[in-house]
Amino acid sequence: MSVLAVAAGAALGAPLRYLTDLWLRSVLGAAFPWGTLVVNTAGSLLLGALLGLPLSPQAMAVWGTGFCGALTTYSTFAFETVQLARGGDARRAAVYVAAGLVLGIATAWAGLRVVRALTG
Amino acid sequence: MPSATPAPLWALTVVVAAGGALGAVTRYGLDTAWPPAAAGVSWTILAVNVTGSLLIGVLTEAVAHRMPQNPWLRPFLGAGVLGGYTTFSAYSMDVVTALERGAPEVALAYLSLTLAGAIAAVWAASALAHRILRPKEAA
Repeated sequence: MSVLAVAAGAALGAPLRYLTDLWLRSVLGAAFPWGTLVVNTAGSLLLGALLGLPLSPQAMAVWGTGFCGALTTYSTFAFETVQLARGGDARRAAVYVAAGLVLGIATAWAGLRVVRALTG
Repeated sequence: MPSATPAPLWALTVVVAAGGALGAVTRYGLDTAWPPAAAGVSWTILAVNVTGSLLIGVLTEAVAHRMPQNPWLRPFLGAGVLGGYTTFSAYSMDVVTALERGAPEVALAYLSLTLAGAIAAVWAASALAHRILRPKEAA
C-alpha cells in the first residue's frame, strides 16, 4: 500500500515542479534556474513542517516521500549547476548552489521548529 | 528531418506525473531496502541523488545527439523519472536531523559528499556521453 501512496504523492509533486519551472521560465527568463530553486525550497519547508506533525506512516508516504520527494529534485539541481559553470558563469553557478543549500536547509529547519512550537 | 508535432502541455504534464511516480517508487524501494543509518542520514538517498545526476547527464546528451526531435523523452525521463527518483527535500531534512542529533560532522559529510558527487557525476557522465554519441564526422 505504501508504494501506491508514494506513487500518488509523486504523481502530484512531479508535474507541479514541471509546471512551476515552465511558468517561472516564461516570467523570469531562463538565465537563472528560478523554478528548481523555488520548488526545492518549498518542498524542503513542507517536509520539515510535515515531520513536526504527528502524521501516520501512510500520510508521510503520500506527502513526504511521494509529494515532497518528487516536487524537489537533486538531478536537475546538479545539472543546472554544471550548465551554468560550463556556460562560463562560475559565479552564477556558485550563487545557485549556495542559495539552494542555504534556503533548503534553513527552511526545512524552520518548518520543523515552527510546527513543533505550534503543536508542542 | 521533419519536425515533430508539438506535444500539448496537458499530455506532457501527464507524462511527467507518470515518470515521477515511477522514479519516486524506485527511490522508496531502495530506501526501504537500505534504511537510514545513525544520526538520521540516509546514505541510500546520497546514492540515489548521485546516480540520478549521472543519468541526467547521459540522458541530455543521448536526447540531443540521437533523438533531438522527440518531445516526450526529456519530460518523461528527465523531469519525470529522474526528478521523482532524486530529491532535495530529504537531503535538506537529513542535514537538519543530523545537526539536531548533535552530529555536525555527519551532516557536513553528507551535505558535501552529495553535492560534490552529484556535480561530478553530471559533469563526467555528460562529457563521456558527448564523446561517445557525437557524430563521427564532427569528431
